[in-house]
Amino acid sequence: MSIEIITFIILGIIGLASAILLVLQKNPVYSALLLILHFLALAGLYLLLNAQFLAVLQILVYAGAIMVLFVFVIMLLNLQNEESLKDPFNLRKIIATVLGFVLLLQFGVFFFIKAKDDLAIQPSPNSIEAGSVKKIGELLFSVYLIPFEVTSFLLLVGIIAAIVLAKRKFE
Amino acid sequence: MIPLSFYLILSAAFFAIGIVGVLTRRNAIIIFMCIELMLNAVNLTFVAFASFFGDSSGQIFVFFVMAVAAAEAAVGLAIIIALFRNKLTINVDEVNILKW
Repeated sequence: MSIEIITFIILGIIGLASAILLVLQKNPVYSALLLILHFLALAGLYLLLNAQFLAVLQILVYAGAIMVLFVFVIMLLNLQNEESLKDPFNLRKIIATVLGFVLLLQFGVFFFIKAKDDLAIQPSPNSIEAGSVKKIGELLFSVYLIPFEVTSFLLLVGIIAAIVLAKRKFE
Repeated sequence: MIPLSFYLILSAAFFAIGIVGVLTRRNAIIIFMCIELMLNAVNLTFVAFASFFGDSSGQIFVFFVMAVAAAEAAVGLAIIIALFRNKLTINVDEVNILKW
């Protein structure tokens, strides 16, 4: 086994374990910490796929900014543990878990049986260059310039909406 | 060499875990975290395809998804705070004022 496959397996196990524990965790603070671990594992997977820029962005934006927001809100609300987790087997949970497994099974059948030949492609040799800041910056400010500007507008709307919603008292 | 389908099935597993979380948990913040989990699963698919085809466009879409997720998290958490202020709970089962 090459070092690449070992890294993939370790990162995949960390990502899967942290995601499953996140869903099972009673305390929201632990869930938030597990989500950070999940994001770090994903950043590692991005690095494995030669997407250096996105790996850094994942840690900065998700594990940094968004998670600070989550942890801040959790501390602000001072929540108690969720009551519904005390009964592990109600109908809703069983149905939801079965649905999740069926979905995963469908994906598995599709990826490994139906589309086996279509997906058996070799990694592109210029994937290292494709993930660099230079290439992404060039594309972002030429081909995708208008979506980029629209995104900045979206973030502005998000800021205003967050302030208005958090400030106003509905009566 | 890791085949493309391994990345895809891993991201499908993340997505399925996110769906199970959204359907089973009743805490609005945890539901939000599970939505982030699903967005990230899709991002992993984008990056895997972008890397295997040697095309940066998929990575730029991930960039946009991240921007939308940041805006969504800010607005959604503001809604949760407004909700908590009014009902003193963020259990989504108890929030039923839109029901008739």
